[in-house]
Amino acid sequence: MGKAFSRPESLSQTMTHYCPGCTHGIVHRLVAETIDELGIAGRTVGIAPVGCAVLAYNYFNLDFQEAAHGRAPAMATGIKRVRPDLIVFTYQGDGDLASIGMGEIIHAANRGEKFTTIFINNAIYGMTGGQMAPTTMPGQRATTAPTGRDTDATGMPIRMANLLGELVTPAYVTRQAVLKPQQINKAKKAIKKAFEYQVEGRCFSFVEVVSTCPTNWGLTPLDSLKWAQDNLIPYYELGDYKTPDED
Amino acid sequence: MAKVLMKGNEAIGEAAIRAGCKNYFAYPITPQSEVAEYLVKRLPEEGGVFVQGESEVAVGYMIFGAAGCGERVMTTSSSPGVSLMSEAISYIAAAQCPAVFVNIVRGGPGLGGILPSQGDYFQATKGGGHGDYRLLVMAPDGVQEAVEMTMKAFTLAEKYRNPVMILGDGLIGQMMEPCEFPDDLKTEATNKDDWATNGMDYRKSDKRNLVKSLFLDPTELNNNNLILKAKYDKMRKEEVRYEEYNTQTDYQVLIVSYGTMSRVCRTSIDLLKKDGIEVAMLRPQTLFPFPEEAIYNAATKENCKSVISIEMSMGQMVEDVERSVKGQREVEFYGECGGDIPSPEKIIEIIKGLL
Repeated sequence: MGKAFSRPESLSQTMTHYCPGCTHGIVHRLVAETIDELGIAGRTVGIAPVGCAVLAYNYFNLDFQEAAHGRAPAMATGIKRVRPDLIVFTYQGDGDLASIGMGEIIHAANRGEKFTTIFINNAIYGMTGGQMAPTTMPGQRATTAPTGRDTDATGMPIRMANLLGELVTPAYVTRQAVLKPQQINKAKKAIKKAFEYQVEGRCFSFVEVVSTCPTNWGLTPLDSLKWAQDNLIPYYELGDYKTPDED
Repeated sequence: MAKVLMKGNEAIGEAAIRAGCKNYFAYPITPQSEVAEYLVKRLPEEGGVFVQGESEVAVGYMIFGAAGCGERVMTTSSSPGVSLMSEAISYIAAAQCPAVFVNIVRGGPGLGGILPSQGDYFQATKGGGHGDYRLLVMAPDGVQEAVEMTMKAFTLAEKYRNPVMILGDGLIGQMMEPCEFPDDLKTEATNKDDWATNGMDYRKSDKRNLVKSLFLDPTELNNNNLILKAKYDKMRKEEVRYEEYNTQTDYQVLIVSYGTMSRVCRTSIDLLKKDGIEVAMLRPQTLFPFPEEAIYNAATKENCKSVISIEMSMGQMVEDVERSVKGQREVEFYGECGGDIPSPEKIIEIIKGLL
């Protein structure tokens, strides 16, 4: 009997630096499986963000560039425009993409740049140590919101998939989650679809993934999954916000 | 080939194409928007790429991405725009990618003005962005030299895997002069397979490449900085360029001036000669590396009494001139930087005051 489950070839065999219970590992795996299945590893370039996933290139056996905070979509634009034959993806967190990198992601999406963005939304800054993000929930505690996010002073959390879904330029924009096995299966399908749109040269593709951060939430991995399901999913509704087929 | 009459900004765009650069990303800013307006028409004819970015910040990273996957790439901007690009420039230098940045300098600080200035000397030669990096900086004194320096910039950027900056000014960008595009300055792009993220299939390798600037281990970071320093030391040895004017005479004053300002100084030197006053000029063509030794030698010539740095700034290059002269002569300074270029008569008055 052959192996039923093994490490995707696009992932390296390395000790992870991600915290116990962090969902980055799941999403890394889904991206790597997709790249293997599409047979595109030899022409793929990933772009690492600033944040916990800055070291993503330690786990992917792929060409990689490392961006400054928030600038990954501009770098991806540079690569994809001069080498349209390459498959380019950015992998960004919510501080990186929804705060400092808001300008870059909106304009790359609006130009219809034909690359893929994987956006990890765990409602907090991870690597810098649990500061408030634009995606932090009302009342959610963070080191820079010690009594909980005050929406009078900081506004409501930004819903990136909703925002990008409003752009008129054709794109694939979806929000998925990796809190339950069914969600993970759906997220995999969405990520694969996102890369397929790129391989076909059709449009910009964006997969928001509702994730966890047990360390900075101060919860156990299991409690984090439950907290995210109860608090994030009602606000960050899952589903497709835009597909190129409808345009 | 025959000479053509071209505006500096357009000639810089054409020079990039002639040098084999087919990729241009930019954001509009006066006084250099004509480069983009020229290239948006020319690049499609060459099968090239033109992208107007949403900001100079983004453009900096478009350049980084394109350079990181091994393609020749250029952007042009002016002072406030270059401030915004400086973040990316630091990353590009750290990650050792070749790229060409053109700064058609306007008056500053702040929004400043749109007229010519040399107020970005410090930014270009001493940093601008964070960390221990340098740019190879070339300063043309007219359209022809802007063409030649732009064409050479791609070869130099690849030789050193480091960003190269052309430091012009609003006058050089806006004026028309006859120019030609020397065929021998067109070079083949170097093979970048050993480091660029150009795709494993493309370079027929199963070893992936990584373009990055993060070195969390202090020894690794120090080593990366030592690699950069070794390149800058090599530039100091191999890339210093300058032009001497009237140095064969027994001059009493040595002017150090570059770019547009040096052209005015040349006229002043010619006029002073008619009055029997000999003044020489050393014009740095590279601002980094700086022609320290040549300035020292010219300054310490027997009859040379003083040295003056004349700039369209409030005194920036003068610090490098002082450093070069090593206290052997008095180093004076004259500068204006509102956008009006000092006249030859004004320079003559300043020089006579030194005699």
